[in-house]
Amino acid sequence: STSSLESNLEGLAGVLEADLPNYKNKILRILCAVARLLPEKLTVYTTLVGLLNARNYNFGGEFVEAMIRQLKETLKSNLYSEAVYLVRFLSDLVNCHVIAAPSMVAMFENFVSVTQEEEILQVRSDWYVYAVLSCLPWVGKELYEKKDVEMDRLLNQIDGYLKRRQKVHVPMLQVWTAEKPHPQEEFLDCLWAQVQKLKKDRWQERHILRPYIAFDSVLCEALQHNLPPFTPPAHSDEALYPMPRVVFRMFDYTDAPEGPVMPGSHSVERFVIEENLHCIIKSHWRERKTCAAQLLSYPGKNKIPLNYHIVEVIFGELFQLPSPPHIDVMYTALLIELCKLQPGSLPQVLAQATEMLYMRLETMNTTCIDRFISWFSHHLSNFQFRWSWDDWADCLTVDLEKPKPKFVREVLEKCMRLSYHQRIVDIVPPSFSALIPAEPQYHYKYGDESNSSLPGYAVAIAVGNAIKNRASNEEILTTLKELPNPNQEEDDDEGDGFNPLKIDVFLQTLLHLAAKSFSHSFSALAKFHEVLKTLTESDEGKLHILRVVYEAWRNHPQVTTVHFPCTRISLPRLYTARFSVLFYVWEILHSTIRKMNKHVQKIQKELEEAKDKLEKQQHKKQKDSGDEEDMEKNSEDEDGQLEEQIERLQEKVESAQSEQKNLFLVIFQRFIMILTEHLVRCETGSVDINTCWYKNCIERLQQIFLMACELLPACLPNACSGIACEDSSVASATAASVRSRRYSVRKMIMKQQEPRQHSPAITRTGTVCVCANGTEERGEDETNQWLELSQITIIIKTCPAKKHGEDVCVGVFPHWPAATLFIQGIVIRGGGHENDAVNGNNGHK
Amino acid sequence: GNRHDQEKLLKQSCTLYVGNLSFYTTEEQVYDLFSKSGDVKRIVIGLDKIKKTACGFCFVEYYTRTDAENAMRFINGTRLDDRIIRTDWDAGFKEGRQYGRGKSGGQVWF
Repeated sequence: STSSLESNLEGLAGVLEADLPNYKNKILRILCAVARLLPEKLTVYTTLVGLLNARNYNFGGEFVEAMIRQLKETLKSNLYSEAVYLVRFLSDLVNCHVIAAPSMVAMFENFVSVTQEEEILQVRSDWYVYAVLSCLPWVGKELYEKKDVEMDRLLNQIDGYLKRRQKVHVPMLQVWTAEKPHPQEEFLDCLWAQVQKLKKDRWQERHILRPYIAFDSVLCEALQHNLPPFTPPAHSDEALYPMPRVVFRMFDYTDAPEGPVMPGSHSVERFVIEENLHCIIKSHWRERKTCAAQLLSYPGKNKIPLNYHIVEVIFGELFQLPSPPHIDVMYTALLIELCKLQPGSLPQVLAQATEMLYMRLETMNTTCIDRFISWFSHHLSNFQFRWSWDDWADCLTVDLEKPKPKFVREVLEKCMRLSYHQRIVDIVPPSFSALIPAEPQYHYKYGDESNSSLPGYAVAIAVGNAIKNRASNEEILTTLKELPNPNQEEDDDEGDGFNPLKIDVFLQTLLHLAAKSFSHSFSALAKFHEVLKTLTESDEGKLHILRVVYEAWRNHPQVTTVHFPCTRISLPRLYTARFSVLFYVWEILHSTIRKMNKHVQKIQKELEEAKDKLEKQQHKKQKDSGDEEDMEKNSEDEDGQLEEQIERLQEKVESAQSEQKNLFLVIFQRFIMILTEHLVRCETGSVDINTCWYKNCIERLQQIFLMACELLPACLPNACSGIACEDSSVASATAASVRSRRYSVRKMIMKQQEPRQHSPAITRTGTVCVCANGTEERGEDETNQWLELSQITIIIKTCPAKKHGEDVCVGVFPHWPAATLFIQGIVIRGGGHENDAVNGNNGHK
Repeated sequence: GNRHDQEKLLKQSCTLYVGNLSFYTTEEQVYDLFSKSGDVKRIVIGLDKIKKTACGFCFVEYYTRTDAENAMRFINGTRLDDRIIRTDWDAGFKEGRQYGRGKSGGQVWF
């Protein structure tokens, strides 16, 4: 019953009206903030504003103006989701007789006209169309009643726009590659279908709570305001439009066994419910208890299978690509709270969801599987690891590398990390023993007497004693000196020499002695950092260190994960070794990328702070008067120091950004190498390229691309050298799918036999062929050219290679639609038609 | 230091005190759990002053305040080794603080 809500609103309106003379600005500010930050309570507050407007026309006008100002601010500050909430609030004010319908339609027309802009970024026009469409559940009825001709025209324009849009990016954002049972729709497509259905239902919408209906007699007496004409702000280089997304669906009306039926996927109710639940999480994610309570007290919950909606929305966020809106662990904590508050119903829904996710592992995106594993193992650790493992006995009957057994193995691995080996043995049925992880143990080959014939065995003992007796670094190096170098010839190369046996003996022994705990290992590595450095001056040497650590801790991947970032070795070299299959290797890679990013951000922050300080100082100087001579000298010194500091920091930032770029480039390069090797190997062996490994690897690469998209804009310079873009009109057609940032990237060139021409067939989809002269060496980048990316997508030459080593000319750009093409190109390369790649078809899924 | 300084330290701290651990909980387990909110800089396992064995608490230090805040929000009050652990802001680890302050060597509980 809403009667108490109504009387509260009535009362509040009265109080505020009385306060207006004294506190008008404060009230304006608060109401504007509420519109922006509490979208789930939209209709409550629009009603309030409606009541105030009915009592005080001027206030209504001032509120509308303040909202428009706020809208401009949020758009300028790249707060696009808040901007949507503001537009929606304004549109609902039409229902409250605060804003005249025609002026709202005019604003919508201005929004949609953005789609007519020349050389526009698709993400920009997407947002404006989304803003309009997402208001229609609230205000569609009213606007159609007043201005149906204009609204029809508007919707037609939108329809035309949606048909023109590029959707090359969609596969990269989908959680599952399969269309069944629920297609993962592009978000605008889904919303459009929902709006069309709503229109067919003559805009009858019954889910949204509308308190203003009860006040209709009061509100319709009010005078309405016209929205001032609103011109969407022009595009600027600083604009960071929201990334496109895909609607996550895992449930439908067949899944909730009893009780209210789940609204269909194209019903507007579904949209509104999901929107509101997302908004609640956005408002309350920091406080998991409040968030859970708010979710469970969703108004109208008795008419919908709320638990299913909540679970679906939460998993939708958790699996969102490239990254969830909030930190992963929040979702685990939130689900635990929800289980606590609804112990009789929510755990069952969650179990059902888990079961469904397990059943569909084969087509689930690898990154999402990672998150599923992390979530599930952490969740289980809070519930004594209770699970009906026997239900998953089917995973025992297939190859252990297949998705289902791999999933179970990795879940058990993660569960073990949170507990201990014997616990895992105890919780699974004996039939699952093949999937139980090995007991984490340090593998010290020199500790086993049966290995006494190994070269270096005796020296290992000597080194061990030396370390225990706190020998100096020099003494230790002397002890190692007598070890022969198995790579004798390489010793002759300048700078390449390293003795793998020395590294092996020293590092193995050191880690063995320090194997007790992480802290011990870290101290040991730190203490003997100098010795390690001496032994491994070359990159090859560093790589060997990684190999040794990997071998030694083979059964304890967690240690390896934590060790690598700590040994300060250039990580990308890791991937020339065949580590790519192992789950925890990705943890290391992502951890490295994360740390690099934090490093860059930290220095950028220092730079900003120094700049602010200088500005403040100079500002202060202008204001102060006084003993001019003394003041000037002091402040000049201070300024000078600060300016120097700023210059130093600027250099630091640039060098850090350059390191970060390099990291991504090397990662991409390595991926291309191993992917190409796989493709070539399969072709020469006439084997299907689509192995589990391949799917895994491609999706990993996709994820890195998406991460680069998110992280790199902040650091790349805008200007770069020219590029061989042969057909600029074609390039501009693709600009629609490009983000506003300009990316420069080094072209990675693989073995190529002859320079390729720009093929006219390619222009159909507007991609541009970027090729360059090849080189002899595989993986070597001769040209070192930096290319301007803003209008380019990639091309991959996809003619199936008839012979080993034929051209794989690849320009790679960390730009997501292009990246999709690249991925598709690789997928298709194995056996598809060149035209498939050109048309962006998922020919080869 | 005085109370004002203490409060200031706590507001800037990246270190958490973690209580109610099982005596058998290892450093690796703590790492794994607390890494879920960010990269862990170091962990110091609390020891019985006399026996020098783990006695149910530890310190977890992060590189950034944000990561520590997220641990307070999402790891505090959940389970590790089947026990509900409790985290609190800590002014910062200092040598000596890893020992339990109880008379028999273990940790004091409130």
